[in-house]
Amino acid sequence: MAAENTKREDVCPGKKTTLGAKGLDLTAVREEIASTSGPEYWRSLEELAGSEEFRDMMHREFPKGSSEWLDSVSRRGFLQTMAASLALAGMTACTRQPLEQIVPYVRQPEDLIPGRPQFFASSAMLGGYASPVLVESHMGRPTKIEGNPEHPASLGAADIFAQASLLDMYDPDRSQTPVNLGQTRSWKNFVDQIRTRMAGQRAVDGEGLRLLTGPISSPTLVSQIQALLKVYPKAKWHQYSPLHRDSVLAGSMLAFGQAVETQYRLENADVILSLDADFLAPTFPGSARYTHDYASRRNPDAAMNRLYVVESVPSPTGVKAEHRLSLRASEVEGFARNLAASLGLGGTADNSRFLRAVADDLKAHAGSSVVIVGDQQSPEVHALAHAINAHLGNVGKTVVYTDTVVASATDQTASLRELTQDLREKKVDVLVILGANPVYDAPVDLNFADALMNSGAGLRLHHGLYQDETAELCQWHVNAAHALEAWSDGRAYDGSACLVQPLIAPLYDGKSAHELVAALMGQSTLTGYEIVRAYWQGQTKSPDFEAFWRKAVHDGFVAGTAYPAKAVSLKSLPPSKAAVTADASAIEVSFRGDPAIYDGAFANNGWMQELPKPMSKMTWDNPAWIGPAFAAREKLKSEDIVTLEIAGRKVDVPVWIQAGHPDHAITVFLGYGRRRVGRVGTGAGFDLYKVRSSDASWRAAGKITRLAQTYKLASTQGYQTIETSFETSPGVMGTRPVIREGSLAEYKKNPNFAREMEEAPERNVTLYPNVDYSDPSYNKLGYAWGMTVDLGACVGCNACMIACHSENNIPVVGKAQVVVGRHMHWLRVDAYYQGDRDNPSANFQPVPCMQCENAPCELVCPVGATVHSTEGLNDMVYNRCIGTRYCSNNCPYKVRRFNFLLYQDWETPQFKMMRNPDVSIRSRGVMEKCTYCVQRISVARIDSEREERAVRDGEIQTACQQACPSNAIVFGNVNDPQSKVSKLKAQARNYSMLAELNTRPRTTYLAEVRNPNPELEHAERG
Amino acid sequence: MAQIFHRSINLYSKASIVAVVLLGGAAFAGLFAFERSPYITYQGVTKPQPVPFSHQHHVAGLGIDCRYCHTSVETSNYASIPPTKTCMNCHSQIWTNAALLEPVRESYRSGHSLVWSKLNDLPDYVYFNHSIHINKGVGCNTCHGPVDKMPLMYAANTLQMEWCLECHRAPEKFLRPRDQVFNMEYKQPTSDAPVTVDGKDYADQEALGKALVVKYHLRNTSDITSCSTCHR
Repeated sequence: MAAENTKREDVCPGKKTTLGAKGLDLTAVREEIASTSGPEYWRSLEELAGSEEFRDMMHREFPKGSSEWLDSVSRRGFLQTMAASLALAGMTACTRQPLEQIVPYVRQPEDLIPGRPQFFASSAMLGGYASPVLVESHMGRPTKIEGNPEHPASLGAADIFAQASLLDMYDPDRSQTPVNLGQTRSWKNFVDQIRTRMAGQRAVDGEGLRLLTGPISSPTLVSQIQALLKVYPKAKWHQYSPLHRDSVLAGSMLAFGQAVETQYRLENADVILSLDADFLAPTFPGSARYTHDYASRRNPDAAMNRLYVVESVPSPTGVKAEHRLSLRASEVEGFARNLAASLGLGGTADNSRFLRAVADDLKAHAGSSVVIVGDQQSPEVHALAHAINAHLGNVGKTVVYTDTVVASATDQTASLRELTQDLREKKVDVLVILGANPVYDAPVDLNFADALMNSGAGLRLHHGLYQDETAELCQWHVNAAHALEAWSDGRAYDGSACLVQPLIAPLYDGKSAHELVAALMGQSTLTGYEIVRAYWQGQTKSPDFEAFWRKAVHDGFVAGTAYPAKAVSLKSLPPSKAAVTADASAIEVSFRGDPAIYDGAFANNGWMQELPKPMSKMTWDNPAWIGPAFAAREKLKSEDIVTLEIAGRKVDVPVWIQAGHPDHAITVFLGYGRRRVGRVGTGAGFDLYKVRSSDASWRAAGKITRLAQTYKLASTQGYQTIETSFETSPGVMGTRPVIREGSLAEYKKNPNFAREMEEAPERNVTLYPNVDYSDPSYNKLGYAWGMTVDLGACVGCNACMIACHSENNIPVVGKAQVVVGRHMHWLRVDAYYQGDRDNPSANFQPVPCMQCENAPCELVCPVGATVHSTEGLNDMVYNRCIGTRYCSNNCPYKVRRFNFLLYQDWETPQFKMMRNPDVSIRSRGVMEKCTYCVQRISVARIDSEREERAVRDGEIQTACQQACPSNAIVFGNVNDPQSKVSKLKAQARNYSMLAELNTRPRTTYLAEVRNPNPELEHAERG
Repeated sequence: MAQIFHRSINLYSKASIVAVVLLGGAAFAGLFAFERSPYITYQGVTKPQPVPFSHQHHVAGLGIDCRYCHTSVETSNYASIPPTKTCMNCHSQIWTNAALLEPVRESYRSGHSLVWSKLNDLPDYVYFNHSIHINKGVGCNTCHGPVDKMPLMYAANTLQMEWCLECHRAPEKFLRPRDQVFNMEYKQPTSDAPVTVDGKDYADQEALGKALVVKYHLRNTSDITSCSTCHR
C-alpha cells in the first residue's frame, strides 16, 4: 500500500511546484506572499507555516490512512474472507425482497395524509430562553426541527441547539424509568413515596424543602412553583445554571438598581461595538434574530453597518468584525472605562488609536450605534455599557430594556452557595432537583457532591433526561419527558410567551416538570396538558378561551405577550475597582461554555459532538486555547497536554493553538468530561468544572505546566483543503482565490473586483457536452436549480450543518473516524483566516456540493452512479454506487463523503423512527453527497405539476437555507431572471469558486465586502 | 518421445471448450431468468393476509371506486391502505357476524391495526409517487393489472426498473384520459372503439398518447429518466 501511495504522489501534478517536495523554503513563501496583492488566506496554522503534513493532506482526496483498514487482519483471515466474497459475488443481484408489512390506522387522524408530513409549532428551550420552532412530523414521528417563520425571535431560522434536540429525544441512552436506589420503580411508587414526605414537610411549613432548578422562563411552571411556595412558605427555590448570567444581572442592578433584560435592535445600528460579546453565536439569547438583523445590514449596495469587537476569546463575531482588538478578559474593563471617558462620561481617557477611532465613530453615530457586552464580562463593564448607550442616545433606538425573561432573576451562584450551606447545616430534608446537574457542574469550591451526600436529607430527588452524575447521588430519579413529548411553555428573548407542544407520546412514559411539581402538590393525576391549559385559561381575558387556545397552540406562541419597553433611570457610574496586582507568572484563564455541547447538556448528542466548532473546527473534544505567541514562548504545540492549576486545583488538558487568542492567557471550555451520560458523551473530553470556583466563574489566574504527553485531537480544519496554488505558466505559480473580499471603498470603485480575480473560460471552451438548460426539448419545465451563498452574511454559526444532518439522515462516525478524515458532513463551513495570526480576521464559507454543470466526478464513475439530471443537478444514485471513490478523487471541492464503514445504525429502533423517510439510508461502501435536498425539489415539483402551475420562487427551501439565521443561502431557479437567486447571481459580487477549472458550479458565492473605518484601515487590526 | 495424450483428447478438449462457453452462457441466462422469475419478483404471487379480501367482489361486484379506500392516491406518494374504520363503515351494517371478518371487528374493538402483507413492494431506495402518475393519465390497472378480476390480490407486474422504464421512455404507449384513470374496464383505442378527448376521436393508442403527452404537459423522457426522478 505504501509503495502505491508514493507512486500516486509522484504523478500528482500539484506536487511539481516551487514549494518543492523536500520541504518548505519559508523565505521564498514570504517573498511570494509579499509580491502578490490582495489578502492571503489560510485555514490552519499548519497551512500558514506551509508544513509538509499540510501539503500532503491537500494533495489527497481523503487524509492519509482513511483508505486503510487499520485493524490487524491476518493474511489467512483476509484470504478466507476474500474467497467467500468471491464465491458469493455472482449471487448479489439475486436478492429477494423481504416480506414487508403495511400497518394502517384503525381510525385515521383527521388532516393526516399518509406520505405527507405535518408541521406543528412548538419551542425549544436553552438556558431558560425559548426558541420558537416548527416540528416536522411523519405519521406521528417528529423527524426534523425548523424555525417558526411567524415568530420575530426566529423568522424561520433555527439554531443548532434547537435542531439537535431532536436527536436527544430519540437517544436510546435516555433515562427510561424512575429509579430508587438503583432499582427500577414505577411513577406510582414514586407518588406514594413523595406523598408521605411532603405531608411531613407540610407540618413544618416546608422548612426542609428545597427546590433546585435551572433558569426558568415558563409562566406555567413559575406559577406552579409560586403556588408550591405558598403552601410550603418556608421552602426555598434555587436556580442554577453553570452558564449563568449573573454578571448581566449585577450590571443591570449597578446601572439601574433593578433587574432588566437588554434587547438590541441591530437593524437600526450603523455602528456596533461588542465588548467580549459573541452575539452572533447561538448561545447568546436572541442570536437568531440578532444575526438576521446584523446580516441585513451587510449589503454593500445599501447602508452598511460597521462592527468593532474587543474580545478575549476568538469568536465568529470577532473575526467577522471590521476591526478587532484582542485583549485579555481583565483588560476589557479598562477599555470600557477609557471609552466612557473619551465619550465624555467622566474620568481621564488613555486613548489608543483604536479606542479613539471607535469613540469617534460611536459619537458620529449617536442614536444609531450600540455597545453590547458579553455574559462573561464583569458587572462594571455591563454598567458602563448601559451608561454609554444612554449617553449616546441609543436607548429606545438600538437598545431596549424590558422585564427579565428568566423568572425571579437571582444571583445563581449565590443561590447555589446558599443551598449548599443549608445542605451542610443539615437543614434540608427534601431536595428536589429539576433538570439541573449540580454534582457535575457546580463550582468546585462548593463541593456540592459532598454536601449532598452528607446532608442527611431524607429525600433527594432528581428529575432529568439522563441518569447523570446528580441522579447517581439521589435516592430517587424520575425520568423526564423531552420537550417534544410534553406540554409546557417558555419565554423567547423578547419576553413573548411560546408554547411547547408534544409531537409524540412519551417514549418511556417520562414526566414533565409540570407533572412532577403537581405531584409534589399532591395532584399526581394532573396531566401536563391540563396544567398548561389551566394556567392560560386563568391568564386570558378573552371570553372565547377555546379560540384563543387553539390559535396559540397553532401559532406556537401567544400573540401580544412580548414585553413592552421599560423606562429605566441610570445611576452614577460604578467606581473603578482598585487594580489587583496580578502575579506576574500567573496566566489569565477564561471559562466558556462549549459552542456545541453547551454546559454539558448536549454531551450525549452525536450530531453536536461531531459538529466542527466554528473557530477551531474541533470535534469530540475541548482542548484549551492558547495564542500563537504564547505557544511559541512556552514551546507548546497543539495536542500537548498541560496541567492547568488554579488555586491549588489541577486538571490535565490538551492545548490547541488558536489564531487570534490573546497572549499570556488560556481559554477553557466547559461541558466535557462527563462521567455519566451515555455511550456518546461519557468520557469524551476533559472536565474543566474541576477548576472552576464560585468566586471566579469566568476568569481566574492560573499556571500551566507542560507534561511530556500528547493527546490526539480531531479537528477537521485541515481536512478537505482546496488546492489553491497552481502553475499559471511553466515555473510561475498563481493562486486561485477561493475566498474573495474587498473593502466598501474598493467595491464602490470597482464592483466587479471579485469576478476579475479569476478568469473563467469561455462557455464553448469545453470537452464536456455543452448542455443548454433552457432548451425545453431537453428540460421541459425549464428549471435550473442553483444557489448563492453570501460570504458577507455568513457568520459560521453551523445551523446549516445540523439542518443538513437532520434532513439527509447523515450518520455520526465517532472521534477515531474523524481523526482519519472519514466524517460524513455533506455541508461543511470552512473558516479561512487572513492576516496576523495573533489577530486575524476570517471568512466563513459554507461548502455544499457545487452541482457543477461540467461535473468532473461524473466522467470518472465506471458504473454511472453519479450523473446529471436535466435540471442540472448532479444526481447521486446510491444503489448503483460500488464505492470506487474515483468521483471524490476527481472532485476539486472535496465535497463527496464516503461510507468507509457501516456508519448508519440500522438496528436501534429509536433511530429508525427519527429518520427522514424521504431520503435513502446509505450503507457501507457507498459515496454520498449533497443533492440540494432533491427530495424537497421533487415534492414541490410534483405539487406544482398537479396544480398545473410553475414552482414559485421561494417555494423550495433547502434545509441549510431554511435554518440560516442570516439568509446567507438562497436557492432557486437560475433560468428565471426574476427569481431571487438569479438576481443575486447577477450582482457584481457573485463569483464561482475555482471558476478557472471550468466546472461551472451552480453554487456560487457573493464576495464579502467589509466597511472598515478609514482611520484604522491601514493600521494593524487593533 | 511418445505422445502423452491420445488423439481423441483433441476432440474432448474442443468439445469441452464449447461446453464451457455453452454452460457458462446457460448459467448466465439462467441467472437472468431467475432474477426475473416470480420467485424473486413475487409477480402473480399471493401472500398471506389477515382477511382474504377480494377486490373482485368489492370492485367488479359492488362497483366501489378505488378512491373510497385508497384515499390519498391523488394527493400523496402513498395510495394508502384504508384504516379499519373504512371497512367498518359497511361491515358494521352488513356481514356483521361473518367469521371471516372477525379480525376486522377485533381490530376495531381493540384498536390494534390489521397487519397486511405488502404486495406491490418497491425497494426502499425508490421514491414512487402515486399522485403524479394518476394526474398524468396513468390508469390504476396499467400497473396494478386487472384488480377487478383478482379474488385475492397479487402484484401484476415485476416492478423492476426495466419495467418502470418501459413507460418512462415512452409514456405515450400507456396514457389514457384522466377521467378514465380509475376505470377498470378501460381499453386502449382501436379503430372499432375510438377514445374521444376534447371532441376528437383517437383510433389508436399512439395518436392518443401523443395528444395526451401534450395535453397533460408531460415532461420529456430525458427529464423523467433522470436518476433523481425516483432515486435520492
